[in-house]
Amino acid sequence: MMPAVAEERRAPRVVGVEFPFGHAFGMPRDQSMQRHVLELALRVLAGASAPGTRVDIDIEWPVPLREAYRAWQPKVASPIVKLILESGRPRP
Amino acid sequence: MNVDSYRFLPRSFRPYYEGRGPFLGEEDPVWAPFEKRLQESRIALLTSAGLYMKETQPSFDVERERANPEWGDPTWRSIPSGAEPTDLGVAHLHINDEDLLVDPQIALPARLLEELATEHVIGSATPEHLSVMGYQERSLEGWRDKTVHELVVRLREHAADGLILAPA
Repeated sequence: MMPAVAEERRAPRVVGVEFPFGHAFGMPRDQSMQRHVLELALRVLAGASAPGTRVDIDIEWPVPLREAYRAWQPKVASPIVKLILESGRPRP
Repeated sequence: MNVDSYRFLPRSFRPYYEGRGPFLGEEDPVWAPFEKRLQESRIALLTSAGLYMKETQPSFDVERERANPEWGDPTWRSIPSGAEPTDLGVAHLHINDEDLLVDPQIALPARLLEELATEHVIGSATPEHLSVMGYQERSLEGWRDKTVHELVVRLREHAADGLILAPA
């Protein structure tokens, strides 16, 4: 979901997806999408020849951005998000 | 094309992730060659979606996280590859769990991996996969000291040749 962060943290092989959090392999009940991501991950696992290999998947999330952005988030803000919002301070 | 890594992240949280670089002392490249053919390899999956077996395993400790928001449960769970969606619970306070409960394959596609083994795309899948809860203390103390070592032992017991890590 955040392949740039995985790269910065030195993940040796990265498959990038532009999917909402909680959906690493795609849409629920869309086996074709899930399999596409899984197969590419396996190919990159076995076929990458150097550290820092990144391959991104060209699949657009099939839900309007605003709707998908809201949908992945928990109904109640997580404790750390609540703390940050209440205190106005950055996470230590 | 390059995907937008921050497309679904609230804008105000982007500075917490973007341009932070490697962890201190972890600047060097990480690499282990994958030497077998995929068709001869045994593959395991790891999700950070906080999945657990509802009837036989405790949930990740979200109550302690509620009491101490900077702490995250560093333990792990093993998920049998044949687990049904109804066997699984989700304990992760940072994502909406509705889609995960409907179809856990979006985080841990164990059934699809078995399918790929049947089709000889891979040699086999491990009989169980691994689950952690991805929100952790900044120090990653519990993971560094204990969890990662236990996970490696378990993967070696299952003779896994490769691991697909799927962030939630």
